[in-house]
Amino acid sequence: MTDIQLKVKDLNLYYGENHVLQDVSLEIFRKKVTALIGPSGCGKSSFLRCLNRMNDFIRGAGVKGLIELEGKNIYSKNTDVISLRRNVGMVFQKPNPFPMSIYDNVAYGPRLHGIRNKEKLDEIVEDSIKGAALWEEVKDKLSSSGLGLSGGQQQRLCIARAIATQPEIVLMDEPTSALDPLATAKIEELIRQLKEDFTVIIVTHNMQQAARISDYTAFFLLGELVECGLTTDIFTSPSDKRTEDYITGRFG
Amino acid sequence: MNTINTRASLEESYNEVKRKVLKLGKMAGEALSKSVWSLKNKDSELAKTVIEMDDSIDSLRYEIENDCLKFIARFQPFGEDLRAVSSCMYMASDLERLGDYGTSISKTAIRLSEEEYIKPLIDIPRMNDVVKVMLDKSLEAFDRRDIDLAKTVFAMDDQVDDLETQILRELVLMMIERSSRIEQGSELFLVARSLERAGDHITNIAERILYISTGEFASASKFRRPIERKFD
Repeated sequence: MTDIQLKVKDLNLYYGENHVLQDVSLEIFRKKVTALIGPSGCGKSSFLRCLNRMNDFIRGAGVKGLIELEGKNIYSKNTDVISLRRNVGMVFQKPNPFPMSIYDNVAYGPRLHGIRNKEKLDEIVEDSIKGAALWEEVKDKLSSSGLGLSGGQQQRLCIARAIATQPEIVLMDEPTSALDPLATAKIEELIRQLKEDFTVIIVTHNMQQAARISDYTAFFLLGELVECGLTTDIFTSPSDKRTEDYITGRFG
Repeated sequence: MNTINTRASLEESYNEVKRKVLKLGKMAGEALSKSVWSLKNKDSELAKTVIEMDDSIDSLRYEIENDCLKFIARFQPFGEDLRAVSSCMYMASDLERLGDYGTSISKTAIRLSEEEYIKPLIDIPRMNDVVKVMLDKSLEAFDRRDIDLAKTVFAMDDQVDDLETQILRELVLMMIERSSRIEQGSELFLVARSLERAGDHITNIAERILYISTGEFASASKFRRPIERKFD
């Protein structure tokens, strides 16, 4: 079943005078992986940050248009932004574990949302670390610092932290660009597993990665969404010439 | 990741594959034409050279396949590049088949070289002429990515089919008249069938050329006359 979980309509984003996204309309399907590709500066990361209102932190950022999560406008006045970000988690390019224990990293979000019960927290931490395919590697050292892990492990810890609040959507902004191929392969495998439970939207510069892991691919160029469709179609027979030029590396 | 240099080296590698496909096409066309010539002129020596050539056609075909795999592993192509390189593999296989038909016709030529023909060979060379033009057009269309030229190949396959039907009709009549003609008649019919199959393989190639440029699988039948309803 493919049903629409997130609907973006005529989205425009401004950073001050700078018109970063122009009339972007896109639908994101539940429990699918959608990859956002495009050259640097095309607006794909900015687009991603609109989806959990991370752009609110940027001075001068203005959003026009509609973003509906489960039919509700996330930019309406009534939106509880904290709970939105719990629903729409995020993993960044460089692994950024908090300077605290592995356990506390993962328990951070649930504690923030009021869970105090030790047993409940233990359960969430274990489930989340297992969900991030890290459990076997860290189960005996949960109290040691998250910063002591390797880059790939740190990134999976960040994924565990992101899914600990049981979000519906996980946003990933180039999550493997700082990792070696083996750690990358683990994250990619993990993303395939994550879509059993979550919707994943991932920004990647690696087109082979987009082709390997995503169900849908959206191609951005100069702040516009050029084309979005099934990944298998986009990488074999895209319908727009600009997409063809980009995926075949014809762009200068 | 995709710098201009990567693009240039991708294109250089692809052009090398393309050059080999064109060479294979030329060899296969030569094999067919020479085999038909040797049949018509009872030139067993020429027929032997065609049979000897088959090994180099086969090995060039595998060389192309191998090059395509290396290309895919090295560049991980997408879009038109992916369609082109995968099409080269199929085209190499189609072209290699033309070489096989040339070999088979050459063997017939050698077998029949000591016999009187039951009829002068007119339509078989004519079939080969049409097939030759189809092949040349396809190779040129492939070289230049010329969709319009590729489309002209589809309609020509009708001419090949018509000639085959005509040859079959004539041969059947001759064989009915005299049973001693059956052996040679069947041999000649198989030659006509080989040329008809050659036309089909060349049509596949023309379809691939459209696919490379458009991403859509064209059906040659759209460009051909409708099938006659025989059982009304």
